[in-house]
Amino acid sequence: MHILVLLKMVPDVVEDLEIASDGKALDLDYLRMILSESDDHALEQALLLKERHGAKLTVLALDAPEVDDALFTALAKGVDRVLKIVGADTPLSTRQAARIISQAIPRIPGLIPADLILTGVQAIDDLDGLIAPVVAHELDLPFVGIVTGITLDDTGKTALAIREFPGGVRGEFEVTLPAVLGIQAAEKPPRYVPVAKVRTAMKSQSIDCAPVPMLADGGWPVVQVVEMKRNEPSGHVQLLEGDPEAVSEQLCGILAGQGIF
Amino acid sequence: MSTCSVTLENLAQSPEGREIFTCLQCGVCAGTCPYGEVMDYPPRRMIATMRAGMVEKVFTSDSLLACVACYACMAKCPRGIHLTEILLPLMKEQTLAHLPELPGELQRALQNTLRYGNPMGEPSRKRAAWVKTAGVPIRIFAEDRRPADVLWFVECYTSYYPRGQDNSRATARLFHRLGIDFAILGNEEKCAGECGRLTWEPGLFETLMDYNMAVFQKYQFNRVVTSCPHAHNAFKNRYPALGFGWGLEHVTPFLAKYLERLKPLLARKLPRTVTYHDSCCLGRQNEFYEAPRQLLRAIPGVKLVEMVHSRVNAICCGGGGGGMWLDTYFKAKGYERLSERRVREAAATGAEVLAVSCPYEVSRFEDALKVLGYDKRMIVRDVTELLAEAMEE
Amino acid sequence: MKGTICVLAEQWRGRISDVTYEALALGRELADELGVPLTAILTGCNAKDLAGKLGMADSVLYVDHPLLAEPLPQTCAEALAQVMEDRRPRALLVSLTNVSLSVSTFLSVRMGVAAINFCKDIKVLDGRLQSRCVMYGGKIEATVEAHCEPAILCLWPGSRPADLGHSDRSPSVEVTTVALQPSRVRLKRYVDPEAGDVDLTRQDVLVAVGRGIQDRGNLPLAEELAKALGGAVCGSRPVIDQGWLPISRQVGKSGVTVKPKLYVALGISGAPEHIEGMKDAGLIVAVNSDPRAPIFNVAHYGIVGDVVETLPGLTAAIESRKAASQHA
Repeated sequence: MHILVLLKMVPDVVEDLEIASDGKALDLDYLRMILSESDDHALEQALLLKERHGAKLTVLALDAPEVDDALFTALAKGVDRVLKIVGADTPLSTRQAARIISQAIPRIPGLIPADLILTGVQAIDDLDGLIAPVVAHELDLPFVGIVTGITLDDTGKTALAIREFPGGVRGEFEVTLPAVLGIQAAEKPPRYVPVAKVRTAMKSQSIDCAPVPMLADGGWPVVQVVEMKRNEPSGHVQLLEGDPEAVSEQLCGILAGQGIF
Repeated sequence: MSTCSVTLENLAQSPEGREIFTCLQCGVCAGTCPYGEVMDYPPRRMIATMRAGMVEKVFTSDSLLACVACYACMAKCPRGIHLTEILLPLMKEQTLAHLPELPGELQRALQNTLRYGNPMGEPSRKRAAWVKTAGVPIRIFAEDRRPADVLWFVECYTSYYPRGQDNSRATARLFHRLGIDFAILGNEEKCAGECGRLTWEPGLFETLMDYNMAVFQKYQFNRVVTSCPHAHNAFKNRYPALGFGWGLEHVTPFLAKYLERLKPLLARKLPRTVTYHDSCCLGRQNEFYEAPRQLLRAIPGVKLVEMVHSRVNAICCGGGGGGMWLDTYFKAKGYERLSERRVREAAATGAEVLAVSCPYEVSRFEDALKVLGYDKRMIVRDVTELLAEAMEE
Repeated sequence: MKGTICVLAEQWRGRISDVTYEALALGRELADELGVPLTAILTGCNAKDLAGKLGMADSVLYVDHPLLAEPLPQTCAEALAQVMEDRRPRALLVSLTNVSLSVSTFLSVRMGVAAINFCKDIKVLDGRLQSRCVMYGGKIEATVEAHCEPAILCLWPGSRPADLGHSDRSPSVEVTTVALQPSRVRLKRYVDPEAGDVDLTRQDVLVAVGRGIQDRGNLPLAEELAKALGGAVCGSRPVIDQGWLPISRQVGKSGVTVKPKLYVALGISGAPEHIEGMKDAGLIVAVNSDPRAPIFNVAHYGIVGDVVETLPGLTAAIESRKAASQHA
């Protein structure tokens, strides 16, 4: 069994985000990148399936700042092979990244056939589209999104994907393999790997590089960002100030006034 | 002493490793350990299983999660075996490798420390934000590269946590009044990594050591003074292997050396009964018992009382060895929080102030006071905070 | 239909979702300003009756097919592409929900058009449609345009009050069908959550905890506040993921949507996925140590401070106020 996991780096929002001088994009100098949270879950889900079924795991990512850390961490967690696509013009919108990845997958030896292609269902910077549906469309594969659990049947021909719906409802979908799944959460939280293991991976293993493929189509319409700015609190919130006692008293008064108790 | 190179495999080849096997099996370690009764493998049993060739039993139990690296076992061991320094971190590293799942809070603390240089996951760019509120000028090396006498290594809780920042502001004011020529690393500073090492993560510690040494080497200074006893230990015991050769002090003994200059500045009377909690790193590990007491006695009006367990016998606040991020885990297991045990002792002295000198202790003891309902009758203050308060006009 | 504004009417398990009415309200504004009709597109199987609820639109295009009975984004997108290929509306408004997620991306690649995600609001500027998008977990706002037709615009829930999207009018309904390949994805069954002890949607007061509560051990503090206020405790996703509260207590995109009289958000940053579940609460009070937390954008009152430090005092003040009023 072969599972391909697609990883993407996104801006780390723990650090304050700064806007570039043209007012239309994030200031890249000020950015730290981190693995997209749902991609981390996709990787964890793949590792769980590997543990259960002995699958071979390949990870593919586009080159980006700090992607090497994520890829070596994946190797330290037990992934068999990691690759990155180098040479793409940056920055890329999600749609542009998805286009490159979906056209690269069939052209890089060893990536397909894959029984499952897993990636996070949505990332915080997916302004113009999502990765998984583009990949599913380009490779003509079935797709299930918002997945929080996967069971493979004995024949390896289908999988049962649990998909989340509103109100805590879960839907069980049977999907024919090979398939693309957009992961919302793995069945367990992403595992910890000791730094020493990652450092060992950095010394003893390597990241394969593949060039950006010649893109087969004429491109797609892009979205235009007219302006970008930090979302400051809109100001209509009334902040209660003072020491904890004073604040508590104020709030009490407000709640009593509203008939809460 | 370089302890970087001792591993489980090469124990028999180093003097520190070999001494482990001189264990008498007396059990004083287990008896002293504050969590001794909940551990399946206190040091004595750990060494017994090693001798029996069955050490995997230790790794596959979660016994070591209860070790808070308080040095009590090491201080009492009649053979002087470097338990907390050498054996326990090795065992913890192996336990980490065998645990099916690391407790979430601890995992996040370790991941945050690696990524952001602090266990809280706060942005590295905000580490020096407190400096603006200090009220006295604080030089940051990256902005002003002139040499300084003292590099003040502030550390994480003292940079990011509001109560830790109180401590830092007090320290800055004291340094300023004493005319100390100091500078800080500001946003370039990252955790010294001691808790990573003592906890589970020598790889994390090595990464931080490499980073910090590279930053130190950019600037010129004579000595390092730090607000965190854990950082002090890391710099003293491990960093020399990478070339750390500067003078080293923790803030409390450092200030005690300036006692004669400090006394006339302590003009304001603080008529309080104070009991001092000896932190594990400063106390048992380095025997800095007198310096903090000298400082407290120098404050006019302060009456010092001692808890039942003081100095070498002090009971750990429970924050070391990863304990700071395992409260959820301990609660689930039904363990008593050590900070609550300690605070009960403090309250029994009748003191109004519990004085401490480790940043972990402030939040842990303040929490315990709230939980036990003693928070109206006792407050927690770092020694530096009390000194600064006495210094105010 | 050329040049019209279309709204994808989301229907799930026999019901039109609230977000559909929100989108209709917004769509109505845009259509009126552009002077074009508003069309609702409804997909399903034997669901024509639902079309009558979409009266805010001028007309409804109902696409009927057995494969459209269940939410399969690839299939739905294929159906939409077929009906929109010739009709070429100006824009299609889709909602960002667990039911409709991914439809927009599939549709945009299928039709070779652009999609804009994360829209909080859309307006008309010099005859162009301009979206205000909230991204990066709520921290960044971008003004975005797509110059293609149709432009697929995906709305966060909460762009307009759902009330404004209802109408008594009966819209004209056109029924059509499409040719669809058999799907390689089949819904086997839905699993409803176990009946929890508490129905969050029926509570007048909810005390919600997020990551800022720091520790499962601090939950009792929130429970005490809830008790003092006569309400129940719920949580945001991270708290449920940790196992600190059961899934029945989750508020937000993957949990329940609530509209209590009072919603106290403790240590919740305010990512859109959570806001979606509680934005219509009567009174929202937020406690967070980060003054920039997006939760303060929806809160009526805010306290900047450490949740664990603030809680006990707050609960005590409420209890003593209650005691005092009882004695009065």
